[in-house]
Amino acid sequence: MNRKALNNFWDKLFKLLGITSISFGLLVLLALIIDVIIDGYPRITLNFFKSFPSRKPEMAGILSAWVGTIWIMVITALISIPIGIGAGIYLEEYAPKNKFTNFIEINIANLAGVPSVIYGLLGLGFFVRYMNLDRSVLAGGLTLALLVLPVIILSTREALRAIPSSIREASYALGATKWQTIRNQLLPAAIGNILTGIILAMSRAMGETAPLITVGALTYIAFLPQNPVIIKDSFPFMGISFQGLFDPFTVLPIQIYNWVSRPQKGFITDAAAGIMVLLILTLIMNSIAIFLRYQNQKRVRW
Amino acid sequence: MAKNILETQDLKAYFGNKQILKGINLAFLSNTVTAIIGPSGCGKSTFIRSINRINDLIPNFRIEGNIIFNDQDIHDKNVDEVDLRRKVGMVFQRPNPFPKSIYDNIAYGFNIYGIKDKYTIDAAVENSLKKVALWEEVKNNLSQNALTLSGGQQQRLCFARALAIEPEVLLLDEPCSAIDPISTAKIEELIHQLKKNYTIIIVTHNMQQAARVSDYTAFFLLGELIEFGKTDGIFTAPKDKRTEAYITGRFG
Ligand SMILES: Nc1ncnc2c1ncn2[C@@H]1O[C@H](COP(=O)(O)OP(=O)(O)OP(=O)(O)O)[C@@H](O)[C@H]1O
Ligand SMILES: [Mg+2]
Repeated sequence: MNRKALNNFWDKLFKLLGITSISFGLLVLLALIIDVIIDGYPRITLNFFKSFPSRKPEMAGILSAWVGTIWIMVITALISIPIGIGAGIYLEEYAPKNKFTNFIEINIANLAGVPSVIYGLLGLGFFVRYMNLDRSVLAGGLTLALLVLPVIILSTREALRAIPSSIREASYALGATKWQTIRNQLLPAAIGNILTGIILAMSRAMGETAPLITVGALTYIAFLPQNPVIIKDSFPFMGISFQGLFDPFTVLPIQIYNWVSRPQKGFITDAAAGIMVLLILTLIMNSIAIFLRYQNQKRVRW
Repeated sequence: MAKNILETQDLKAYFGNKQILKGINLAFLSNTVTAIIGPSGCGKSTFIRSINRINDLIPNFRIEGNIIFNDQDIHDKNVDEVDLRRKVGMVFQRPNPFPKSIYDNIAYGFNIYGIKDKYTIDAAVENSLKKVALWEEVKNNLSQNALTLSGGQQQRLCFARALAIEPEVLLLDEPCSAIDPISTAKIEELIHQLKKNYTIIIVTHNMQQAARVSDYTAFFLLGELIEFGKTDGIFTAPKDKRTEAYITGRFG
């Protein structure tokens, strides 16, 4: 064979290999999804969303699970987003560049790679035991907040670092202070990338099971955390209560895990339906992230 | 009465261990135009970027000697660099508009100063864009993103932005490098007029431009000030052989 034919051969072989492996991956995924849909579709009814888990598979629902997931996600977001963005801004724009901050940086990057169950143990020791939060939704939210914090800090820093220094110089040269420069120039330019990072971190947190089981999320729960908005029949007709923060909880992946491990066949159907809901939620969040990234790329760049 | 508004005394500048400026002594009379010329890499940008303390933002930048602005050392503890940069405006060598609208680029200097009055800002936007000969090209698209402008338009926008907040000193780092001859002529005419109210330092690689717009000329070579004097004198009878070689185009 001459050289050209040989090159050609390798090109073709590699292309074939690539196509094979990508179709293998996609097919497995597709098979899984189709299997889940076939199993779970019949259970996707309004009742499924309105019912608590039950001993009878056909009565069981995900009410406590999806409400718990929302509680956890809101708490996680409220705590991790401001702290994460703040820490990212501090490290990138304010902190002096020395050995100590370098050390902190390396550790934050490491923390982003620590297995999530370790965060669960930390949450168990610190929030549940030491702070006496018990197996509450607050303890769970705080634990997941710790889990996503490094990711948010890192994506904030990446987003800020991507802004050319000439923009900072332009702002300072007009007599802007550091905070004015951050507030008016850097954050608006970086916010798209920061949000993308946050949403991806959140959607990962939504599927986390291990750390929440570790901090003691229940697998069977037939009531909801107390609603934070209380309707009253006298003025001002509404009140806010934080009591729900201290109630026990469960979340979607834990409920699914619980059903999967049951022997009755009906629970497998419930689990499949639960997986569908979780998949759709994840899909929605990831689409928002992709949409934001796309919007961001469409903007004119320096 | 003319006085030295700005003076550098034995100014040395370093990036890390690399010395860029090797003891520059220069004084700038108020209401004059001083041109800084010299071959690429000789430290012209470093020099003027030191005057508004923009280089101080670069981590490994270090300075020795004094820069006196309005009888005060700009590195004095009492001097607020934010205040200094308001009074010493700058047009950078590379255009650096904000990724915002044309209007917002100019309004920014007012916003950060707490000026919200729309009438004032509108007037400043129009005036400054007219001065830099950009108004006619953009007056119908003020909300257009500044990054979609051409390089030369961006350069003029950055000039307008610096002008709008009315500093005392203007540092111009090759403000015409990407601009066509007609607009360049307008900018040069503008510099002539601005002399009434401003002190101007302009870096340029264009000898004709230096000769046309400036009252004084400084020639830099490898971080040293080789010659400084009235522009007429420098261009007709340079004292130093190296200055003569540079302005007649025999090296550089
Ligand atoms: N941020 C920086 N870090 C390290 N060295 C730098 C930095 N900026 C400039 N220098 C060095 O300083 C020297 C002078 O650069 P400067 O930009 O002042 O030259 P210049 O006279 O303005 O040249 P030009 O006419 O090409 O603009 C160069 O050798 C350059 O490599
Ligand atoms: Mg330069």
